[in-house]
Amino acid sequence: MTDKKTLPNPEEFKKEILEKYPTKVARKRSKAMVTVGSEGDAPVIQANVRTVPGIITQRGCSYAGCKGVVLGPTRDIINITHGPIGCGFYSWLTRRNQTKPETEEAENFMAYCFSTDMQEENIVFGGEKKLRQAIQEAYDMFHPKAISVFATCPVGLIGDDIHAISREMKEKFGDCNVFAFSCEGYKGVSQSAGHHIANNQIFKHVVGNDDTSLEGEFKINMLGEYNIGGDAFEIERILDKCGITLVSTFSGNSSIDHFARSHTADLNLVMCHRSINYMADMMETKFGIPWLKVNFIGAEATAKSLRKIGDYFEDKKLSKKIEEVIAEEMPEVEKEISAIRPNTEGKLAMLFVGGSRAHHYQELFSELGMETVSAGYEFGHRDDYEGREVLPSIKLDADTRNIEELKVEKDPERYNPRKTEKQLAKLEKEKGLEFSTYHGMSQEMKKNAMVIDDITQWETEKWIEYYKPDVFCAGIKEKYAVQKMGVPLKQLHSYDYGGPYAGFKGAINFYKDIERITNTKVWSLITPPWDYTNGLTADLVSNG
Amino acid sequence: MLLRHTLKEEVKREALTINPAKTCQPVGAMYAALGIHSCLPHSHGSQGCCAYHRSALTRHYKEPVMAATSSFTEGSSVFGGQSNLIQAINNIFTVYEPEVIAVHTTCLSETIGDDVDQIVAKAKDDGKIPEGKFVIHASTPSYQGSHVTGYANMLKGIVKGFAQPSDVPRDQLNVITGWVEPSDMREIKRLCHMMGVKFVMFPDTSDVLDAPQTGKHQMYPDGGTTIPELQSTGASSHSLALGEWSSLEAAKELDRKCKVAYDVLEIPIGIKATDRFVSSLSKHGNVDVPKMITTERGRVVDIITDMQQYLWGKKVALWGDPDILVPLVEFLVDLEMKPTYIVSGTPGKKFKQKMEAILKDAVPDAKVANGPQADMYLMHQWIKNEPVDLLIGNTYGKYIARDEDIPFMRLGFPILDRIGHSYFPTVGYSGAMRLLEKMLGLFMDRQDRDAPEESFELVM
Repeated sequence: MTDKKTLPNPEEFKKEILEKYPTKVARKRSKAMVTVGSEGDAPVIQANVRTVPGIITQRGCSYAGCKGVVLGPTRDIINITHGPIGCGFYSWLTRRNQTKPETEEAENFMAYCFSTDMQEENIVFGGEKKLRQAIQEAYDMFHPKAISVFATCPVGLIGDDIHAISREMKEKFGDCNVFAFSCEGYKGVSQSAGHHIANNQIFKHVVGNDDTSLEGEFKINMLGEYNIGGDAFEIERILDKCGITLVSTFSGNSSIDHFARSHTADLNLVMCHRSINYMADMMETKFGIPWLKVNFIGAEATAKSLRKIGDYFEDKKLSKKIEEVIAEEMPEVEKEISAIRPNTEGKLAMLFVGGSRAHHYQELFSELGMETVSAGYEFGHRDDYEGREVLPSIKLDADTRNIEELKVEKDPERYNPRKTEKQLAKLEKEKGLEFSTYHGMSQEMKKNAMVIDDITQWETEKWIEYYKPDVFCAGIKEKYAVQKMGVPLKQLHSYDYGGPYAGFKGAINFYKDIERITNTKVWSLITPPWDYTNGLTADLVSNG
Repeated sequence: MLLRHTLKEEVKREALTINPAKTCQPVGAMYAALGIHSCLPHSHGSQGCCAYHRSALTRHYKEPVMAATSSFTEGSSVFGGQSNLIQAINNIFTVYEPEVIAVHTTCLSETIGDDVDQIVAKAKDDGKIPEGKFVIHASTPSYQGSHVTGYANMLKGIVKGFAQPSDVPRDQLNVITGWVEPSDMREIKRLCHMMGVKFVMFPDTSDVLDAPQTGKHQMYPDGGTTIPELQSTGASSHSLALGEWSSLEAAKELDRKCKVAYDVLEIPIGIKATDRFVSSLSKHGNVDVPKMITTERGRVVDIITDMQQYLWGKKVALWGDPDILVPLVEFLVDLEMKPTYIVSGTPGKKFKQKMEAILKDAVPDAKVANGPQADMYLMHQWIKNEPVDLLIGNTYGKYIARDEDIPFMRLGFPILDRIGHSYFPTVGYSGAMRLLEKMLGLFMDRQDRDAPEESFELVM
């Protein structure tokens, strides 16, 4: 398309894309497609607003964000979907959250799908009785330590009080924490609302329930890491090697017991800012735990994130150990990258996924010498594009106001600021640490890069036509349409059933996968030898 | 153990479904609508429904599955989804240019009582439906029936939307396919062609969900029943509805609306159900059965008589949809196997009656359950008490297969971890051959794996 140094200005082509839309839709979509003017300066983008009906969106719903994303990866909770069967069925094992219980016998309900399978009479006469009974049956059969209930669309409409029932059952059992999520699919405008609802309820009902403190000098939580394809296992391996104690992960390879004691950690590391920043903020306010945005996607990014932990704890021994680990891990990474990079250098990537992944994975592509020409989120907010500094300027609309914002206060006994204001300021000044903040994706993209929120199917096909990327990153719904266009699609939700991609070993996996998909010759089989309309074949024929 | 919590002791459940053997209506409606040429399915509800259904179908077919949604918010849930649907219709026709939009409802739009009939009429009045284009719809509340019901309801919606009564009958049969794979629809068409009958088959997902790689994405692939074909179904001489649960409603609607009489048959899985289908084509199409079909049948019977020793008495646990399970169980009984446990989440009293008729002499102690709480957890409990030699069902069976170390043949919806179902049929005589090859392969692989060295067989 162009040499890698400068990107073409896509504004003209944007106009062409918008022409297809009805006027009102064009006006709305125009604000969701913005060009990076100058590097470091994020353009204002329209994000976290309602999707235009009929437009063919990537987005899912609040239930998917709550049950599927945040709670799904936790192995020792019985998650009961209260609703007709579909929602429970579709969120059954489909997200590849891997988990490894401590023992062969330890609780692991991940392979099970629990549902109240509401029938018409439950919709007409109410589903409370059935829900109460379902919770009882789950308790009697499995005696779990926790049961959670997820509302689907009709539940909110018919007015089942899932919270009251949960409280009642919790009291009745005595030894089982029961709590509920009002994550009806129509709440908010995307999965994002469900993340917030999940954060709130886990914070209210679980975090701080167990004051047992783990042994260890450097105790942290990983927030927003869901162990797709084993990412959390790789991060755990690295942290362990550095002598850093992982108290809890929200929520990859997680246990509800880990959440309960997570307030005993001394630092929160935020991976997926979009889905979990609420938790980080609430834990800071209530317990005094500072948070840092990190990124374990990309070898350099991993090294940088580890160094941040070392700097935070201000411990020479730890920093030395971290440097040793980086020195030990990097040669293998460098060996691979030097072999692979000649095959990937200068190739083009487009990323339309998630609320953080479209940002994080640009690191890996840049390690491969590849250019991200266009990217966007499925359910991001403006702060995920433009950085947290825009938070005060975001006007809350009705859809966002409907999602509860918890009022959190200092815990009278357990609030314990891990660092004083002065210490934090010093770390920011001397070590360059940035607390409680996040630089948005657009701020780190090149001039003329096209940033698109909630991309539509129409736009997807048009921008592919324009950029002719070597790889397009999105999810399962997009995968085969894009590949039918002759462009490989790398799924960044499920990793195409590969991974891990996090950490040092994960980076190597990613380099190899991208080298494979951008260098495979299978696409050359598409044109049959008798198809003379194809330029290449015609050339071969005329040459001889 | 992945399913380490499954209890051997069966406890009666009244409210909790665990590991369902069904899913909800709209996904069936979406699948059925994809069998109309140049049709965009539309989900009238929250975004998540559409995303989930598209994902499930995409994972099953490894093909693009295009569909749109009304993107309900809290506001639309309170005030109704009319404005969302009208906007959607306008946007879809403007941007994606299908010939047909097939709207199905969800538990959300059903619970709030949206009247899609009226909304579509309003869209038409407002000029949002271009001349010559169609919006059809089906009511598919997720809290009734199952995915199969949704499929049946959309087929009925297709008939309502397109079939035109006619005083001039056409020399053609309607073949209404129950929920089977694109490969099966292709095979049913092949059988009809071989028989030499004129027919309209709907829906037809072949050449839609098994589209070729051409380097171009066709929003609307070449396949699917066309609008003129669908319109002509009202003039056909007779309808053959394959699969009572999934196709009867459409056949009834054709009868009611256009006076086209119908026969309900099983989906032609196995020898006898295929025999009945072929005989019915012969009868209603006034054609003789050609020799090549008889020869094809003979090849299947030849495999069965040759391999009888490997099939005899093998116990099987099955779960899935009634329209597949009924003829499949009949086939297994013909193979002298023992279908021992049968589960379907899809309700309907007739299921047990039909199973009993097939099984009463061959497997009198078979356990059969369908409807509420008839789920894979229950089936697993039965297996824990008395194991079987083979599992047949969708991909979720792999967890039981691994934990209990039982050979597993994937069949049904969804199959998320293997290819083949969309390319090789299960129906017809060739489908029976494929089922035999797969089952025999599994039994023989197991024998090879478990045989002591001294009795490891070269020839089997």
